Amino acid sequence: MTDTSTSGTDTHPSPTAPKRSFLTQLEIDTRLLGMIGAFVLVCLVFNVLTDGRFLTPRNIFNLTIQTVSVAIMATGMVFVIVTRHIDLSVGAMLATCSAAMAMTQTDILPKMLGLGLGHPLIPWITIAIGLLIGTVIGALQGWLVGYLTIPAFIVTLGGLLIWRNVAWYMTDGQTIGPLDETFRKFGGINGTLGETWSWVVGLIAVAMALWALWSSRRNKIGHGFPVKPVWAEAVVGLIIAAGILGFVAILNAYEVPTARLLREFKARGEAMPDGYTAAYGIPYSVLMLIAIAIAMTVMAKRTRLGRYIFATGGNPDAAELSGINTRLLTVKVFALMGALVALSAVVASARLTNHSNDIGTLDELRVIAAAVIGGTALAGGIGTIHGAILGALIMQSLQSGMAMVGVDAPLQNIVVGSVLVLAVWIDIVYRRRTGGK
Amino acid sequence: MTPLVELKNISLSFGGVRAVDNVSLDLYPGEVVGLLGHNGAGKSTLIKILAGAYQMDEGEIWIDGKKASIHSPRDARRHNIETIYQTLALADNLDAASNLFLGRELTNSIGLVDDAQMEAETRKIMARLNPNFKKINEPVSALSGGQRQSVAIARAVYFNAKILIMDEPTAALGVHESKMVADLIKELKAQGLGIFLISHDTREMLDLCDRVSVMKNGTLIGTEKVGDVTEDDILSMIIMGKARDVA
Repeated sequence: MTDTSTSGTDTHPSPTAPKRSFLTQLEIDTRLLGMIGAFVLVCLVFNVLTDGRFLTPRNIFNLTIQTVSVAIMATGMVFVIVTRHIDLSVGAMLATCSAAMAMTQTDILPKMLGLGLGHPLIPWITIAIGLLIGTVIGALQGWLVGYLTIPAFIVTLGGLLIWRNVAWYMTDGQTIGPLDETFRKFGGINGTLGETWSWVVGLIAVAMALWALWSSRRNKIGHGFPVKPVWAEAVVGLIIAAGILGFVAILNAYEVPTARLLREFKARGEAMPDGYTAAYGIPYSVLMLIAIAIAMTVMAKRTRLGRYIFATGGNPDAAELSGINTRLLTVKVFALMGALVALSAVVASARLTNHSNDIGTLDELRVIAAAVIGGTALAGGIGTIHGAILGALIMQSLQSGMAMVGVDAPLQNIVVGSVLVLAVWIDIVYRRRTGGK
Repeated sequence: MTPLVELKNISLSFGGVRAVDNVSLDLYPGEVVGLLGHNGAGKSTLIKILAGAYQMDEGEIWIDGKKASIHSPRDARRHNIETIYQTLALADNLDAASNLFLGRELTNSIGLVDDAQMEAETRKIMARLNPNFKKINEPVSALSGGQRQSVAIARAVYFNAKILIMDEPTAALGVHESKMVADLIKELKAQGLGIFLISHDTREMLDLCDRVSVMKNGTLIGTEKVGDVTEDDILSMIIMGKARDVA
């Protein structure tokens, strides 16, 4: 194999090889680029329509924290849809998890077990219980789909009714709150890193991204594969670094209102210095989403489980004949979905600061739409985590942009529904053009 | 010499139909045994039992003179049985390397899938089997029938199969590619592999096989050395379901 290691790209007989365009040299996914373009377009249009109120640090901050809950679930939905299944029950499961966690932290732990309200262990035990419930419900549905071979559509359609009303039954339909103070920090505005730590996290992220780029290049060179030119590598690295630091800068530009700062100083019994300002920075919920996105991407691309998920989606028979236990795989995929729903339930209920009976209503449709707008093919086998998150962001931008412009609520949903259909049609045309399936 | 594989009195029913009815076959190292018969004669079902895709109702499988229990494709792989299916069991959305190593991915020190290493191994084996194969990084849906077949064959060769099952390996291929597969079968045979070959092409079978077994309606009609029979003999066994009269 010394021949390919020395001659590099020359082994590719493609006649167009020497005249590669700027974008192909960067090796950036054109599909991703299209989605980012659509997102930027949406933002710019709303920014004009709202006289510049859309692209303010404050609105971008709000947009991010509103997206987190759906985006977390969308990452799990990618795996479900890739394996040719669907999960219609995520919104209802979210309600059940949220109800159970609300009861655990306001009633069971402090009163029945006598920990007392505000005990430092309460939020963590609560989240652990929520995760357990979500995972078990997901695994149960996965078992029904994988081992009893009931179509996922039916299992989760039943689940939609069941878990929505299990939540109702558990809470008697009542709103439960206020939730634990530490728990509420996962909701968004009530728990942020602050300016300094946001920069620290941003710089660590840049360092990790650059290291990942570099080690992948080194690995390719080690095996004698063609690599892109150094300048292209540098451009990609620069774009990533600018993106991360730009995002941190925007979140850091959103300053905590003076009235709120005054209240905080008063609560601590201190006087606020003159001219004191503080920025929100990165919310914990966003940090959680980023961590989940990285973990799910690594799982999709670099683990056997991920490889089997995509292989099963591409050709279930081939996966089975290759010795993959596709039934157990189905259970794992749905259990993972359930665990992510539980984390979403933490974010969603913490953001509302209480559990309400209608929490997560219609989330299943938002989540599926986010995954599909993000390029996940319902036929299975194709989908990306970053695409799904971008999809969730596009949906949320449309929704809150229209709300800011003052579009009537029914019209908002009509537009979002139309965009979903349009996005899938564009995707079909794109795949046909580029020769994919 | 001990047979590489002995299938003893294998039976399997689907519903009320006996898809395979009391069939016994054996295979020696360096031998190619052909399975012939109409569609639905039970050839594919029989070899899928050996490959672990189906579970037999009755019978025994002996490998290298020892009784083997094969309940899944994983078990079959443990016995160095590799299968190349008629339907080309490839995941279309994955690239050649991912397909070649599917179910047996190479991992690095922390257990993550090592794509670069797998790609390097794939390039190595492909350089040997099909030097024209360049689309290592593209989903196999972008490949031609012959290229897809070489991925499936590479899988069998890479993992040092001792027993190779080929279900209609040339069905989807052109003339040139069929010849490549035929050459490969001869090469693997010379290396001492035992090969079960299924095909509808009687002439091809007489050319490639040492012995041929004919099945009809789930039963084994007979097994003959190719030197002893003519194409007409074989055809009459397939069509009439009668064993050749030993003169």
